[in-house]
Amino acid sequence: MLVPPRPCNCKAVLISPGSSSSSATMIQAVMVISTLGKPRLLKFYNFQDPEKHQELVRSVFQLLSARPEGVSNFVQTDAIFGPGTKLVYKHLATLYFVFVFDSSENELAMLDLVQVFVETLNRCFKNVCELDIVFNFNKLHTVLDEMILGGQVIETSSEEIMRSVEEIARLEKQSNTTSLIPKSISERFSR
Amino acid sequence: MALNPFSSGTRLRDMIRAIRASKTAAEERAVVRRECAAIRTAISERGQEELRHRNMAKLMFIHMLGYPTHFGQMECLKLIAAVGYPEKRIGYLGLMLLLDERQEVLMLVTNSLKQDLNHSSPFIVGLALCALGNICSAEMARDLAPEVEKLLRSRDVNTKKKAALCSVRIVRKVPDLAENFMGLAASLLKEKHHGVLISAVQLCTELCKASKDALEYLRKNCIEGLVRILRDVSNSSYAPEYDVAGISDPFLHIRVLKLMRMLGQGDADCSEYMNDILAQVATKTESNKNAGNAILYECVETIMGIEATSGLRVLAINILGRFLSNRDNNIRYVALNILMRAITVDTQAVQRHRVTILECVKDADASIRKRALELVFLLVNDTNVKPLTKELVDYLDVADPDFKEDLTAKICSITEKFSQEKLWYLDQMFKVLSLAGNHVKDDVWHALIVVISNASELQGYAVRSLYTALRAYSEQGSLLRVAVWCIGEYGEMLVNNVGMLEAEPPITVTESDAVDAVELGFNRYSADVTTRSMCLVALLKLSSRFPSMSERIKLIVAQNKENMVLELQQRSIEFGSIIQRHQSIRSSLLERMPVLDEAAYLVKRASATQATTPAYKPASRVTPGDLKLPNGVAKPAAAPLVDLLDLSSDDAPVPSTSATTTPNDFLQDLLGIGGTNLPTAGVPSASTDILMDLLSIGSSPSQNGLLDSTSPGQAEKKPVSAVPQVVSPVPEPIDLLGSLSSSASSSAGTKSSTVVPQVVDLLDGLSASTSVSGLEDALPSITAFQSATLKIVFDLRKQLGKPQETTIHATFTNLTSTTYTDFIFQAAVPKFIQLRLDPASGNVVPASGKGSVTQGFNVTNSQHGQKPLAMRIRMSYKVNGEDRLEQGQVSNFPLGL
Repeated sequence: MLVPPRPCNCKAVLISPGSSSSSATMIQAVMVISTLGKPRLLKFYNFQDPEKHQELVRSVFQLLSARPEGVSNFVQTDAIFGPGTKLVYKHLATLYFVFVFDSSENELAMLDLVQVFVETLNRCFKNVCELDIVFNFNKLHTVLDEMILGGQVIETSSEEIMRSVEEIARLEKQSNTTSLIPKSISERFSR
Repeated sequence: MALNPFSSGTRLRDMIRAIRASKTAAEERAVVRRECAAIRTAISERGQEELRHRNMAKLMFIHMLGYPTHFGQMECLKLIAAVGYPEKRIGYLGLMLLLDERQEVLMLVTNSLKQDLNHSSPFIVGLALCALGNICSAEMARDLAPEVEKLLRSRDVNTKKKAALCSVRIVRKVPDLAENFMGLAASLLKEKHHGVLISAVQLCTELCKASKDALEYLRKNCIEGLVRILRDVSNSSYAPEYDVAGISDPFLHIRVLKLMRMLGQGDADCSEYMNDILAQVATKTESNKNAGNAILYECVETIMGIEATSGLRVLAINILGRFLSNRDNNIRYVALNILMRAITVDTQAVQRHRVTILECVKDADASIRKRALELVFLLVNDTNVKPLTKELVDYLDVADPDFKEDLTAKICSITEKFSQEKLWYLDQMFKVLSLAGNHVKDDVWHALIVVISNASELQGYAVRSLYTALRAYSEQGSLLRVAVWCIGEYGEMLVNNVGMLEAEPPITVTESDAVDAVELGFNRYSADVTTRSMCLVALLKLSSRFPSMSERIKLIVAQNKENMVLELQQRSIEFGSIIQRHQSIRSSLLERMPVLDEAAYLVKRASATQATTPAYKPASRVTPGDLKLPNGVAKPAAAPLVDLLDLSSDDAPVPSTSATTTPNDFLQDLLGIGGTNLPTAGVPSASTDILMDLLSIGSSPSQNGLLDSTSPGQAEKKPVSAVPQVVSPVPEPIDLLGSLSSSASSSAGTKSSTVVPQVVDLLDGLSASTSVSGLEDALPSITAFQSATLKIVFDLRKQLGKPQETTIHATFTNLTSTTYTDFIFQAAVPKFIQLRLDPASGNVVPASGKGSVTQGFNVTNSQHGQKPLAMRIRMSYKVNGEDRLEQGQVSNFPLGL
């Protein structure tokens, strides 16, 4: 049989507070890693010990850098993120875009989601490159938060996402202008 | 405002630049340490509110690089409590990255969250919802659920969709809250905005998982809505902003299909309601783009998951067939994945795509290959096994080295499982050994040897094929082992072309060629101890098969007299002396191995694979590999021993089959355990029972007489096989002593079993089964044991109404003229019998039969009527302060105990 979601059994698993069950359909992590193995964006939707983050980055990077060109974009990652997990990745220029998700997600859809993410970044930065991402990792988080919330897809139209992101940027700037004067002074002093 | 020059003066951008400019990890650490110090100072000093924002951003960057940032956690809370949007935003961002639901600090933020959820600005509400959806704990979920519920009714679409996903998290944390949300979730499905719809569908899915009531409620109330949504999105030709490559909103499609699967599963009405729309999606969706395929894939999953009509299922499997021939690796990958699950639903339909799947086994992509191979394995049946195996074996030649192991294991497993004729099986195995002999697992080639041993008409063919293969593929480890074993056993068939098959090409091999082949194998640098040992045994055997080669073999064997490996050195010396000094017995000593029992091997293999993993570890140091087999099969170490013992079987030839009658069978059981355990003394094993214990000591002297030199070698190896053997409670007729038992029973049987020289002590009991005559009614005394020194008589009594139980009264009499002190009697019984010993009447047995010691005990035979009573006994005592030990087996119990 297909692996069906089990409405009755799930309750027992979910009832324990604090443990997000692995059978739940969700995206577990989003990572952007440079081709040199440096993390450029890390976002975990399932709690991962911060001390383990670098190890995860390393294992994912090793996995991906060993994959030849022209093979499928899906890799099983039971050894890294726990049983039933997979990742989908896209290798663009000097970056790997990686989404980790559990077995009940649709792999092809996840691949499209990576595409949406990259498209949105492209709109955001006008031909995004690694440097944009390094210096604007905050903005990446903004984009991501408009797209995925708590491991669930919230919005898939890059236009919609951009609208929200721009709105947020406008708001931030507005508040900045109000505190512009003290800030500019403080900056001058601090140099 | 006074500015501290040590406060974090650099901008975020500058810090990133400095970190990037670091040439070494140490330099980077220094930059980060400096920044962290500055940030700490800034945190501890007051009056720098405007820098908090920037410091937090820096901290997040530092956190991403893997440095500790816990000191910034409180700062997040302060930022969240600030008034301005930028501060709040960075605060929430920090909250999500630096904190997690397990930290107590999180409780402090509940209040701020509550305020922000009620904020007038939708953006601030959005921030709070986002943070809550990412990190909320069960407590927070309970506290803030009412706020989120309220926001689900908001008019702002952004707020609504975030609130819906926030509810997903809340329901996941506290499933009891599901009922509060289900009405709202169902009503959200009536929205028009795609983002809201996606979120709402996800919330519904989560509710179904969390609560049965919610599942029922949604089945009733939203199935129509879902069908409508699906129809709208798949029909609407124009929704540009949600287009992904010309397909309108694939994500919504997929989420709806997933929810439908959940609702339709096990519910015929619901499923029927969906049939039409699913058929429509399955047929109309374009499959030339990834997005379209993603929808089709989800649609297939749903069709397989619900109670769909058979027509719909055929449609689904056909879609997968199309996927398989797609050029995109990703599509093929998911198709294989889902076919694997579909195979249980409809094997026939999947079979139709066998050829395509087989192609995928040869794919360049490792993960596709792996899946396809697993799938092929599931597809093999009696009718297609030959062509499939041929394909796989052919591919083995060109497969990636790292894929060979998987492939080999699967081919071996297929050929073993579906083999209909032995010749075919042998051919396939020889091919596999030749092409990937280094990847063949031990149990596989062990099994092969067992088969060859049983196929007397194919032995000649086997040894010739292996010889030919060995010349071409000498680097394959397991090929070498099997070939060497066969050359040793069937050397003359190799040279004389015995038993030629029709299609077999004739080959000319001289005796010297055969010896060359083995010698070459021995000298291969890659050969390990096991292989080399096998080579030595083969050479020894050849020395008897080819008398003219005897001198040469003696020289080869003698070369290893100083081998660094103890095992080889010992063999070399032993074998040398057999060749040189024991001409008279050599030929019978090196007889061909008796036919190995296939069934017993299979049983043993099955139990060994279950139980040996721990037992294997300590063993590997001696001879990896040849552990769990019956002695002759692949245990070259034991071969000489068995052969020696076979000697006796030649003197008194009793076919082993006829010997395995029921009582004997059971005795072999006893011996099966005993025999293999002989030298286990000192090997702590969880499964040791008294019987084993008992046997462990007594048997070594009994062997010493026979096999002086080999037994130490045995002692090294035996403990290894002890554990797996004990685990399998099945009679093992081909055990070390099993073969003995069959042979000895006839010769010893004539002597009515009472007086047996100590050397053959162990075998004592074997005769017994024959010596019993009709004594059931009276239950007289039996002489359980008698040696030159000691006599034991058992008085038997049965209690009425308890046929299983027997009370035994044992009397021990000293036959020598010296008093025995510290006399201890011990008894052991097979597992199905229970034994309870009473205390003995004393521990001193007076000399010359002037008085005796008595001891009572009780036995309960749980298999009364099926298996007879049997017992092993051991007596230890001191004569003039010197330890003595005697032991024996009591099997002359009257029938029916």
